[in-house]
This record gives sequence, structure tokens and C-alpha cells, in this order.
Amino acid sequence: MRIPCPFCGPRDVIEFTVHGEARQRPVFEAHELDTPAAREAFVDYVYLRDNPAGLHVEHWYHGIGCQSWLLVTRDTRTHDILEVAYAAGEEEPAPAVVRTMEVAS
Amino acid sequence: MTSHRLPTGGLINRARRLSFTFDGAVYGGHPGDTLASALLANGVRLFGRSFKYHRPRGVLSAGHEEPNALVELRSGARREPNTKATVVELYDGLESMSQNRWPSLQFDAMAVNGLLKPAFAAGFYYKTFMWPASFWEKVYEPIIRRAAGLGRAAGVADPDAYERDHLHCDLLVVGGGPAGLMAALSAGRAGARVVLCDDDVRLGGRLLAERVEVDGQSGPDFADAVAAELKALPTVTVLTRTAVVAAFDQGTFAAVERVADNMPAPKAHQPRQRFWTIVAKAAILATGATERPIVFPNNDRPGVMLAGAVQSYANRHAVAAGKSIAVYTATDAGWTAARDLLAAGAAVAAVIDTRGATPPGFEDVGARVRTVPGGRVTNTHGRLGVTAIDVASAAGTSRLDVDVVAVSGGFNPSIQLISHFGVRPTWNERIAGFVIPQPVKGIRCAGAAAGHYGLSADLADGIRAAGDALGEIGIAMKPIRMPTTAVVRHDVGTAWWQPAPGDIGAKAFVDLQHDVAASDVMLAHREGFRSVEHLKRYTTLGMATDQGRTSNTDGLAIMALLSHQSIPQTGVTLARPPTVPLAIGAVAGGHRGTAFRPVRRTPVHGWAQELGAVFVDVGQWKRPQYFPRSGETDWLQTVNREVETVRSAVGVTDVSTLGKIEVEGPDAAAYLDRVCATRPSAIPVGSCGYMVMLREDGIVKDDGMIARFAPDRFFAFVSTVHAAAVYRHMQYCRQVLWPDLDVTLTAVTDAWAQLAVAGPKSARVVGALVDAPTVVDMAGFPPMSCREVTVCGGVPARLYGLSFSGERAFEIGVPARYGEAFARRIMEVGAEHGITAYGTEAMAVMRVEKGYPAGAEINGQTTAADLGLAPALATDKDHVGRVLSARQDLTDGRRARLVGLKPVDAADRLRGGAHVLAKGAAPEAANDLGWITSAAWSPTARSSIALAMVAGGPDRLGEVVRVWDGIRNTDMLAEIVPPCFVDPEGNRIHDA
Ligand SMILES: [Zn+2]
Repeated sequence: MRIPCPFCGPRDVIEFTVHGEARQRPVFEAHELDTPAAREAFVDYVYLRDNPAGLHVEHWYHGIGCQSWLLVTRDTRTHDILEVAYAAGEEEPAPAVVRTMEVAS
Repeated sequence: MTSHRLPTGGLINRARRLSFTFDGAVYGGHPGDTLASALLANGVRLFGRSFKYHRPRGVLSAGHEEPNALVELRSGARREPNTKATVVELYDGLESMSQNRWPSLQFDAMAVNGLLKPAFAAGFYYKTFMWPASFWEKVYEPIIRRAAGLGRAAGVADPDAYERDHLHCDLLVVGGGPAGLMAALSAGRAGARVVLCDDDVRLGGRLLAERVEVDGQSGPDFADAVAAELKALPTVTVLTRTAVVAAFDQGTFAAVERVADNMPAPKAHQPRQRFWTIVAKAAILATGATERPIVFPNNDRPGVMLAGAVQSYANRHAVAAGKSIAVYTATDAGWTAARDLLAAGAAVAAVIDTRGATPPGFEDVGARVRTVPGGRVTNTHGRLGVTAIDVASAAGTSRLDVDVVAVSGGFNPSIQLISHFGVRPTWNERIAGFVIPQPVKGIRCAGAAAGHYGLSADLADGIRAAGDALGEIGIAMKPIRMPTTAVVRHDVGTAWWQPAPGDIGAKAFVDLQHDVAASDVMLAHREGFRSVEHLKRYTTLGMATDQGRTSNTDGLAIMALLSHQSIPQTGVTLARPPTVPLAIGAVAGGHRGTAFRPVRRTPVHGWAQELGAVFVDVGQWKRPQYFPRSGETDWLQTVNREVETVRSAVGVTDVSTLGKIEVEGPDAAAYLDRVCATRPSAIPVGSCGYMVMLREDGIVKDDGMIARFAPDRFFAFVSTVHAAAVYRHMQYCRQVLWPDLDVTLTAVTDAWAQLAVAGPKSARVVGALVDAPTVVDMAGFPPMSCREVTVCGGVPARLYGLSFSGERAFEIGVPARYGEAFARRIMEVGAEHGITAYGTEAMAVMRVEKGYPAGAEINGQTTAADLGLAPALATDKDHVGRVLSARQDLTDGRRARLVGLKPVDAADRLRGGAHVLAKGAAPEAANDLGWITSAAWSPTARSSIALAMVAGGPDRLGEVVRVWDGIRNTDMLAEIVPPCFVDPEGNRIHDA
């Protein structure tokens, strides 16, 4: 599998780390953090992720590359990559300088 | 034995004689021979014994579909089992051995299995060896392994090198037969970047095996001409001896090139095999088709061969497989083979066609040999090979004295690569075979692989496929002339297997490699294992190293017949990669031994080496474990000396491996407050602060230190082994969770050499290194300070008042290139204070003495509360893990929590991994209270000490517990104590 990184171009999957389904982290004010609503929202966010056979929007990290977190739309049945964008948003330029790479140990 | 070599013809070099051995006997062959063709030429028919019944087996095919002729090659470390003699290139000095026979190939004691065949019938694993379970490991498995084993692995390290390489192209053509050659030529002439892979040593495929004329040339001459043009085309790469073994997503293919398998040992600096990763925009599978046997009684005797193989041995190797050959066919190809055999001068005794009279166009053959229209072979005779066959037809029965039966039951297109994508093939009634008619992910079949049989159809389809493939990727084809060749009829019938009226009780084999007979398929049917997946697993049909190339379709056909269904209704199984057996060494390539994974050395590695350090692997890092001095005979003696010196004077150690991350920007403080469960924003400029990171589920991810050099400039130290994951997580927080925060992260672990100087005299040593105006005393640089300074007269450095030993201590970072010189300078300056270098072992002892949690405690299961870190947290803000860390299950005081342990009997030694139980409780899982995470001998406390995670932990202080270790067989009592064994008040952190 290759992922077309918007900064680096198409790269082999071994350069990336997958983080699973891309979900929105719940937002609560400081005084709401210990409410059942907050707890429920975070349980859902952390544990109840979808695992579809088909289109899936995931976070991938190009660690052996530009170190961008990417929003990847992938078909889990075929490994076809339909869309790749910076997770930080369209306006975000990719990290320009990579001085040192942390490789997995 | 008499020679079976034909006097003329063949693509062999008769001028050169190669000498080789088989089971110790010496034989001769020629360049151009395979091991199989050379043995056949020498009259050898018995190649091995079968898997379950140890029946004599010969050679069936002339290619990778071979189920029988498996041999061991070479000897010693280069011994290689289970190679197919049909694809082994002959070389001078080749050693080969038959397999699966004891004591000898001619007399095999295990052939008695044939008499025990009810025990070895389908499903025998499931039925025979069910009870008792304990018998499996000790009794059944060794017996089965001895009885049913194949070859033997070398048992020692492979002395040869393997390498990996990459190729990128517009079009990959797999197979260099007629279709593949025309496809590659068409695309190459159009200027496309083409890679053509062929498993064989030379291009041509069936052009080398059949007597044909193309453009007025012989098959081999035509193939050579095309090969020469391909070689001259600048955009074409031809890889021979290269099997494409797997197809992956997005046009990625794996191929193995057998670089030096055709010699006893690779030449200097030459790899034995090369593993290619080929990336292609489009691909054509011109992989041909595999001929099918016909299932008839005793069809496994040496001498029963595929007709196309007999034809190939005659034409390509000038070998007559037999002195008297019967052709048993359901196809026109069988007649073509008979014609070629006659032309080569071999004796054809009869052509038995299951279909009927001589097919049109083959009257010349019919005129020269006896024909049996609508005939069947009902049995074979002969002890170690065929000597006669029984033939039946409407005209009656007869016995023919022949030594070879050349069988042609039809063809299976070789679509294995494309089925790696899980694509179900469809049944094509015209060719009675499975095909994949539509392109799949830019891969299309051509020629015989697409079901287009016959040379002219093959050539035309190669051109057609290239045009389609290039069109799809936007490259214009140039017109190409179709080579002229005679159109030869190539119809197929279906023979499969018909249960004989009046069954003679002889086995009719379907899968020769796994010894699966038609009776096994019948048994599977009777017992309800009718789905193809069940049939396959119950009988092991098609599960051998040949992937059932010659057996799958026959097996399906029999099941279809028994269940009164069509073959497509019965279903089809898919092939998995690799298409041919693959040496693990080729996949590993250079990644073995010291190159198995990267080794990271710190910038002060050389210094530690000079001092005779013993190194330990920490992740990819080499870290000094301890520094033995002369006279020290035991590592514990060294470690004790290092600890005592640090606690009484001063020591220095390399902490360069700690992960180091710069966090800069106007929102750096706010960002860190969200990433960390502590409050980095509260760290004053010029100070360090303790940091805890949680995972979003509330479990501790890592801990470390953060130094703040300016309001918007922080420097984070994280654990050595978590460095990569923590940095990735911090990038996730920055880019995904809070992209609106203005902050940048830079991983600079390798940029800094960092040394820790610890001990009551450390301030004096550091003071002598740091340039004015910094004064290293309690007033000028108190514990937890940080400052950018210079050392040794101008070297830029960062100084931190950090301690992981409980002593007054410093860490000094200098640019990596100064590391070794600086470490030596520390030793020089520290000499008058009795400085010692210390390693990770002493560091670990001192952190256990102080009760600081590390990797064994921060293990992905523990919370900040479990580790006693709760007071450090700031819970009045949102941060990663804040909400779920407050879950009741994670804050329950009955959880396993960090405590210290001391043995009641001072002579006892606590060890990591031992279980903690209530005093007097039986060592059962239900009574388990927890376990020892870290243990050490404390030279300071003069006691064995340990950290442990114990249920209710700190609530049990003073309790005496049982410490039980079922692995090391120890059982002792220990007292639960606070997890800090040295200076709990923290007085020593100040200057002495
Ligand atoms: Zn990238």
C-alpha cells in the first residue's frame, strides 16, 4: 500500500503509522470535566470507534517523512486511497524543517 | 540404465558434459538440462516417495506445478529441501538427494503405510489422534512427522547473502512465452518502460517446448530474436530466472531472482537470490496454463507424466521420457505432443482419446500410431514404475506394454497472482477452466492465462493485452505486425475421473504431493465436507507447496460429479502468495545478524568504550550498563562500587538517549498544559518541572522533565524507549487536536550529548567546568534550575539541576560533536574528587532506592494514582486523559498500587516477577495481590529491595506478605514499606 502524502508524494506504507478512525475530540469546559456527559463522550471517543468494511476516514502519521498527521480516506476492502489531506487543515503548511527524525525503537 | 537422450535436437550444449550426483550416484548431463531432464536422460524414473503412503513417485511435469519430484540440493549449510527437480538448473557438481524415504529409495519401510491406508484417509488427523490430548505432543506428532516429513532443513545458518532491490515501470509483463514476448515487444516499441520477468533461464516459454514455426523460424529462434530486440530497447528490462511471487495493492509486485542458484556457491560479493519489489502502472499476466492430469487407478506410478512435459523433455532437452509412450488425452494438445514425439524420434505406442475418433488435423498422427477412440486407461502396472497399462474402450480391453503414459486432461490458466486480490475466477465452459476475464486493479491476463490456447491466439492476445494496458495508462501503441504462424486446432474435452464399474480398489490420485485420492474426496462428500473450503481442509487437497496446480480443478470436478452440481456451482478456492515457495532469506535480504535492525550509539559511546564499559541494548540504543575496573570479578561488585561512589562522592553517566523535544511558540505553555497532566505553564523561566503524560484512556503514557528557558521556549525530556511514540503523540496533539495553537515541535535527541554528574561532590566538578559568570552553588544554581551556559571556555551548553539518584546532581547537554571530549574532561576534573563513570545498572539501583517509577512500573496498565503521582497532577483543566483518568475504576484504592518491599529474612533476595500474596495464602490466581516490578540489591540500605504493584498498596504498609515465584521456585516473606529506601526527607539533594 502506498499513501500519497501531500507534502512528500506517494510513499510506502512502512513510512506511516496509523491511528485509527479520525474522530473529533470532545470539548468540555473545565467545570464540566467530571460530568457523566463528559465521561460518556470520551468513552465513545476512545473506545467506540467504527471499523467499517468500506470507506473509512483515518489518521495516519508520516513519521519517516515530513512528520505530518494526515486525514486519509481509505477503502478498507481494497486499500484504495481516495483522499489525503493534512489533518491540521488545508491552510497548514507541512512542517518545513526536519532536523532529526525519531525512528521507532 | 540405458540412455534416454535422443541423438539429435534439443536446446542443450552437447559439447559440454556436466557431472552431478543423485543419492550418491554420479550422472552426466549438459548445459541446458534441468535436474529432472538430466535424470530422465540417464533412465532414472524414481525420484522420491510420497508424503503419506511412501509410494514410489517419478516426475510428473516440467515446471513449477511439479508435485512429486522434490529433492534436497547441496549439503552442509547450503542444503536446501523440497526443491522441484523440474526447475533446478543443472550445474557441474550439483549434489541432489531424494526425500521421504527410509532406508532407501528402492526399499522404503514406511511404504507399509499403504497397507494401513484407512488410518491415513482424509481427515485422519481429526479422527485418529483425538484422544488423549496429552498424547498429541509426545506420541502422535513425532510419529506423523517422521512418517510424513518432507525434506530436512540445513540446521545451520545460511552462509549466503541475499539482497533486495526495487524497479518502477509502466508495464510489468509476467511470463516470457509467446503472449508475454509480444506484449513486452509491443509496449517496448511504443516507448513504455517495461519490465519482463520470466521464471525460466531463457525467454520463450512453450516456444522452447513445442515444434512450431513462427515467421519462418523455429520457436526458440523466434524467441531469441524477440529477446534480442527487447534487450536492445532502452526502456525494457528483462529479468530471467525471476519468479513473480505475489501481487499487492496499487501495482506492487514481489519477485525473486535466482541469481546464483545455478552454481554450487555464489561468487564473491554475489547474492544467492535477489528480492525485487516492482511497482507498475499496469501489468499483464502471461503466465500460461498448467496441464491437468486425468484421475485413473494407480495414476501415480513413475512414468505417468503430463503430455506437455513429455513433449518439452523431447523438444527442449532431447530426452525421450520413455522407450514406449502411450498418450492418454482429452485434448488436441495430446495429439500435438504425440506428433512432436514422433518427429523427435520417440516411440509412441498409442494415442488413447477419451473423446472419440482422431480429431481433424491430426490424421497424420492417427496414420502412424495405434489409436483408441473413446478409450480409458483403467490401471497401470509395474513395481517402481509403469511397465504396462490396461486400456478399455467400446472395442474391448487390452494391455499395452509402455513405460510412459503422457496424460492431457485439459488446462488450468495460471491466474494465481491475480487471485491474490481475492477475486473469484469464473468458469469458462469452452476451455473447461477458470479464468479472470476482466482486468483487476490494472492487471490483465493474456494468452493461455486468459484461456486463449494455441500459438497464433497466444501471440495475438499478447499484442491485444499490451494495447489495452497501455491505453489505460495513456501511452499510444504503435502498429505491430502479427507474426505468421500456422493455426493448429487446440480443443479440449473433459476427462476428470469416472468411477470404474467394478472398482479394482486401487487408488486414483488427485493431489499427488499430499497423497489425496479420489476416494478421499468421496469420503469428504459422504461425511458432509462438500464446500470447497471444507473439502480442501478435510482432505488437504491443494494445500501442498505446488498449491494444487495440477489437482485443484480435478478435485472440484469430482466433488461436482458426486454432488450432481456443475463445477462453478461447487466453487473454487483462491491462491495465496507466494506463488512458488520462497526462501525466507530472500525476504529478509540484508536484514539479518547485526543489520537486523539499526543500532544507535550515543555521541559519547567511544568514551564509554575507552573505559571498558559493558553495553546493554535499550531499544535500538547501546547504553553502558556498568564500567568494570581491574580486580572486579562480578558485575554486582562493580555496580555496588558505582552506587557507593555516587552516594559518597561523585559519578558521571551518559544520559544522551533520553528523548529531547523543543517546544517553542507563543502558545507553547498552553499547548503543554493540554498535553501534560501536570501544569508546565507554572514552571518558572530558568527552572525544570516534573511532567506526567496520560493517554486519553487515563493510563500513564510517560513521565519526564520539562525545562523552561523562556516564556515561549520549553525543552522536554521523555523516556528513552518512549521517545518516538511520545513525539508522535505530541505531534498528534499539535496537528490534529489543537492546530489553532501557535507552537512548533522539534525532536533533537541526537543533536545533544548529555551527561549526568551526580553525588555530594557533583557541584564542585560541574563548577569547575562551567564558565563564568555562572556559579554552581545552592544560591547560584539550586536544584531544578536550568540555564544556557558555556563550558570549558566557550562550548555552548545547557545546564540542568536534575537528579534521578536523590543526590545533588546535574545534567549538562553539549552539542553532540563535543560529547566525547566533554565526557573525558569531566573525568579529568572529577579525578581529584574520586569520580567514577556509572552505567544503567547503578542508575537503576539508585532509582529503585528512591522509589521513582520507570518502564517496569509505567507499563501501560498503571494510573498516576497507582504510582503515587496524583499530587503532581493538575485536574482543574482539560488535558489528554483528564476525563477518563477520573473514572471510578481507575481511581479505586484497591487497585494494584506502588509500594516498596523488604525481605523479612535479610538473607533472602527479592526478584522481579515474583507474586505477592497474603501471608499464608495459597499460591493461586484468586489470591494474587500483585507482583514485583523492579528489584535490586541496595548497597546503601544494605538490603535486597524491590518495588511492587500490590492491591491496595500504600494501605498495607507494615504488612508482612508472602512473595512467591513459581518460575524460580522461591518462597519468602517480605514487609510492605514506602517505596523510598534512601533519604525519604530529600536532604541529600542539597550541596554537601
Ligand atoms: Zn510526508
